[in-house]
Amino acid sequence: MTANGFIQIALFCVVVTLLVKPFGLYMTRVFNGERTFLSLVLRPVERAIYLASGVKEDEEQDWRGYGLAMLFFTVAGFIALYAIQRLQAVLPFNPQNLDPVAPDLAFNTSVSFVTNTNWQSYVPETTMSYLTQMAGLTTHNFVSAATGIALAIALVRGFARRSALTIGNFWVDMTRTVLYVLLPISIVVGLFFVWQGMPQNLNPYIEATTLEGGKQLIAQGQVASQEVIKMIGTNGGGFFNANSAHPYENPNALTNFIQIVLIFSIGAGLTNVFGRMVGNERQGWAIFGVMGLLFLAGTLTVYGVESRGNPAFADLPVAAAPSALQAGGNMEGKEVRFGIANSSLFTTVTTDASCGAVNTMHDSLLPLGGMVPMINIMLGEIIFGGVGSGLYGMLLFAIVAVFVAGLMVGRTPEYLGKKIEAKEVKMAMLAILILPLSILGFTAIAVVVAPGLAGLANAGPHGFSEALYAFTSATGNNGSAFAGLSANTPFWNTTLGLAMWIGRFLFIVPMLAVAGSLARKKLVPASSGTFPTDGGLFVGLLIGVILIIGGLTFFPALALGPIEEHLAMYAGLLY
Amino acid sequence: METRTLPHKVKARGGVSSLYDPAIILPAIGDSFRKLDPRLMIRNPVMFVVEIVSVLTTILYLKDLVTGADAASLKFTFQIWFWLWITLLFANFAEAVAEGRGKAQAATLRKARSDTVAKRVVPGQGSRTEQVAASALKPGDLVVVETGDLIPSDGDIVEGVASVDESAITGESAPVIRESGGDRSAVTGGTRVLSDWIKVKITAAPGSTFLDRMIALVEGAERQKTPNEIALNILLAGLTLIFVFAVATIPSFAHYADGKVSVIVLVALFVTLIPTTIGALLSAIGIAGMDRLVRFNVLAMSGRAVEAAGDVDTLLLDKTGTITLGNRQAAEFIPLPGVTAMELADAAQLASLSDETPEGRSIVVLAKEKYGIRGREMGELNARFIPFSAFTRLSGIDTEASVIRKGAVDAVLAFVRSDAASPAGASQEGAVPAARALVSEAEVRALTASADKIAKSGGTPLAVAKDGRLLGVIYLKDIIKGGIRERFGALRQMGIRTVMITGDNPLTAAAIAAEAGVDDFLAQATPEAKLKLIREEQAQGKLVAMCGDGTNDAPALAQADVGVAMNTGTMAAREAGNMVDLDSDPTKLIEIVEIGKQLLMTRGALTTFSIANDVAKYFAIIPAMFIAFYPQLQSLNVMHLATPESAILSAIIFNALIIVALIPLALRGVAYRPVGAATILRRNLLIYGLGGVIVPFIGIKLIDIVIRAIGLA
Repeated sequence: MTANGFIQIALFCVVVTLLVKPFGLYMTRVFNGERTFLSLVLRPVERAIYLASGVKEDEEQDWRGYGLAMLFFTVAGFIALYAIQRLQAVLPFNPQNLDPVAPDLAFNTSVSFVTNTNWQSYVPETTMSYLTQMAGLTTHNFVSAATGIALAIALVRGFARRSALTIGNFWVDMTRTVLYVLLPISIVVGLFFVWQGMPQNLNPYIEATTLEGGKQLIAQGQVASQEVIKMIGTNGGGFFNANSAHPYENPNALTNFIQIVLIFSIGAGLTNVFGRMVGNERQGWAIFGVMGLLFLAGTLTVYGVESRGNPAFADLPVAAAPSALQAGGNMEGKEVRFGIANSSLFTTVTTDASCGAVNTMHDSLLPLGGMVPMINIMLGEIIFGGVGSGLYGMLLFAIVAVFVAGLMVGRTPEYLGKKIEAKEVKMAMLAILILPLSILGFTAIAVVVAPGLAGLANAGPHGFSEALYAFTSATGNNGSAFAGLSANTPFWNTTLGLAMWIGRFLFIVPMLAVAGSLARKKLVPASSGTFPTDGGLFVGLLIGVILIIGGLTFFPALALGPIEEHLAMYAGLLY
Repeated sequence: METRTLPHKVKARGGVSSLYDPAIILPAIGDSFRKLDPRLMIRNPVMFVVEIVSVLTTILYLKDLVTGADAASLKFTFQIWFWLWITLLFANFAEAVAEGRGKAQAATLRKARSDTVAKRVVPGQGSRTEQVAASALKPGDLVVVETGDLIPSDGDIVEGVASVDESAITGESAPVIRESGGDRSAVTGGTRVLSDWIKVKITAAPGSTFLDRMIALVEGAERQKTPNEIALNILLAGLTLIFVFAVATIPSFAHYADGKVSVIVLVALFVTLIPTTIGALLSAIGIAGMDRLVRFNVLAMSGRAVEAAGDVDTLLLDKTGTITLGNRQAAEFIPLPGVTAMELADAAQLASLSDETPEGRSIVVLAKEKYGIRGREMGELNARFIPFSAFTRLSGIDTEASVIRKGAVDAVLAFVRSDAASPAGASQEGAVPAARALVSEAEVRALTASADKIAKSGGTPLAVAKDGRLLGVIYLKDIIKGGIRERFGALRQMGIRTVMITGDNPLTAAAIAAEAGVDDFLAQATPEAKLKLIREEQAQGKLVAMCGDGTNDAPALAQADVGVAMNTGTMAAREAGNMVDLDSDPTKLIEIVEIGKQLLMTRGALTTFSIANDVAKYFAIIPAMFIAFYPQLQSLNVMHLATPESAILSAIIFNALIIVALIPLALRGVAYRPVGAATILRRNLLIYGLGGVIVPFIGIKLIDIVIRAIGLA
């Protein structure tokens, strides 16, 4: 651990914190339908879209209507994406003449992109045509992110409204998110990325002759445009297999820094939107505080563990301490360009938010270093989380926390003036239940059946971690992988596809039910007898509940995976 | 800050601590076994799941016995089996003890319901009565109750007045007066007439009298889960399901690692992880909360009402009797210019001699103390006392020499301008209107000025006139109850707004409100205004509590979220409220709120404690479970428990014992302090949250040492 490393982490924290208010203010205006500085240009476009699609802007939906619209939209997107992949050989923009994508892989990839997971069982540059990348994958990078944000806004409206039957209009929220939030950022930052050296073309791959005289095929494509939405929309699906470790996807330290800032920016800004919409920005900052503290704990753990290096190297001539020319610590699977601090930061950020882009191979992290991303996802992707999904996941945990401890002030628990009663508790628990059910259930199957075991690259606890990580990543809609897993098999493609679907929609439906139920309630005015949810006490309580209810469930699995591997490693036993 | 525990004047009613009372403990032990009936267990999802796995364990143990497993494993299985059933019995015991107190009370109440013979008036035959069984009485029947008789059923007195011993219901031995008409006309079946006789119109159908309902309530026969209890049960069921997933997937994980985990160990892990502590104590907490109210002589018609009491945002308190002592007292005589204080005091004393109201008596006392005016005999004066009437709003005295009136300022002014103001005017037709000339505009202005001054300072002015001449005003002062200001301060800290309800004019009301420290007041309150105020508060999402006794209070009592009817009140009021205060003490509203809060706090505290316990249990069982195939996991055994078996046993024994250890807390409720929510939360999170994490680490370690020492594992 070096001063330089800490400064970089601190700089990141400062920049993200500074972005919260402007992002929050801007997005609040967008979702309230108020004028913004882009309205002059975008408002006519927005109107034209409604006119063309027949959406009535002022007609709001109740939670069922909202949920059905969202499901309809997602299923339609899923079918279209599946079709594009299967037909890419006969469609244009396929200079490398790639074959149709296999059915199980096409299923997996379609689910993966419509659920904002972007798990990739394939090598993109040798599997997906330019058309599939642009019209299929990049499009879903936008709309799956926008779906998450829209859903979060719906839940926030549930808190903010009183005695209301509706929680907004899904089509309007979707359109506004893409038009006012995702597109402008993508255009500006995309151009910046092109300047920094990312390709943005439709050219066939370039054949280069290396210094030794060997032949190498260098992939091309619309990298910059996909890169920015991959980050800002917490999608994470790389244009290339190496993802953000590839020099075209992440040319230098500056693009690296901007990428991780992009991952957190909307998630962090949404906490402020939440605060503004419920009429007390401090409420948003409390949620930001919970997320921030959990993030810091994760980052520092990974950084500490990775800097310490591998004890197995202790007697070998390997520089364990950092020096001017050596990074020290554990550099396996890391880019020399980014070093340990930035790799640890990227790893934590990408798994806190359900992004899943990587500039480091998580499989090569030391056991405890690899456990942090796993825990980050297991907690439900609520540490800033996927755009939108992070906020609504966190708010469900807040409901449970308020219910458990809120009774201790001697009142029926209230959160933001809404009484938390049987309906909300039931739905929040249903949603939270989905995580262990899918993660532990699928892992339990995969580690005993032959097709599951066939995909694991390593034996013992490390192999177990690979399977556990895969289902954790899929259920949490993260999409990053413990690289050792060979997931492009019918078994893994199907089970992971199911896990992604379950993790997304079985969580969303009860969450929307909570939104609808909350919106209908009266708003109880706060008094000094009300459970305070905007201070340090609540932050501590919420962290405790998240760790005990969300985290402890996975303790047995973690003990058999990373914890055992770590202890064995120090006992000289490697897998 | 005052750390007063709840009821400051708890009656002896069932006051013994039930935990140490053999009369409650012994039947409770029997009940613990009876409650193992799955049809009863299913009401409590967490404990029902424990019962299922206990049965499973029993089967496994029997199978091991038959197949002849090795002695060590049999011994281990037996102990797990034993402690699982103990856990269940402890949970049932907690509930049985909580119910015990209520059952004992119900038995006492039943005695009062013993077969009474009623004297029913035979319709159409004058006062002739016939003897019928009390249980045969229908609403609308008329019965006569005489000295020494038990009142056969609930009803309203239509004729007569009697002193009634209501101790069977209220526990209060002093008799009360019940009479026809007004707000004191209701009588309760099972109470006894001590003197005189009354004719009562029966209002309750057989089996649904107040006494019947009371028995059902204290016995818990009609106990239904309250909304908050239901929500909590859902949370607990959800947590249980999560742990089903966590535990059920372990065999597969172990299989991957070429290891094996026995079903018994999985059962042990599962039972320790699911929230058995709060699951076991949840219903006991609810019963104990109701019971605390009963011991406090308040009957809640439903558990829902007790919960609502904890949520109250606004308290409507009647001024008289709650904020001020029941009666106002004369504090000063303020004569008009040209009148001596002595003259005024003399007239006031004379007018009050026969006035038996507390105000009247206080005037006599003040006149004596301050001016040495002694009591005079009415007979000697040949005087006629004019009692207060709602129509004239005056009282006073007519002697041969003079006419003296005292009363509300406007009433007295109206009186002196009338013809009846002087002795002449009272008796002589067509007398000269000389009397009217006695009242000058200047005098009226002076009188009104003094009256306003008194009203502004929270007092009530009482004007005095003699022979058509204004003498001055008596300053009647409201006496604010001692310590009430501090209590309102405490309520404010708890976030509860207090509103004083009074019939006084706004000026007086404002002054008293300021002196008593209430947040708001409703002056010149009518039943309609009260109802409107409640609706307005509720429209803002607030919960309102109030108490009342008159029939005209009934709509407001029904509308309020917590409506406490006074036992002395009318049947209509008692029907409308969701609580009845048997002592008829309106101040109790404050304690009722505190009991409601305490109930919710106890639930929250034990839930938090139960969930926090899981951390230590994981650290006890996880290494023990996996150590056979991953020896390195011994590092997770942070408590250094002796062997895997002792670790698992210690965890499950701790899990059972903590239930018993917490029964007193569940029954007593967690300590309550009237401070702000943030302070309470910090304190309780520290005790029950952090404590809940730490205590089991210590407890499990200690149990491990003990069972090692006595060779159980």
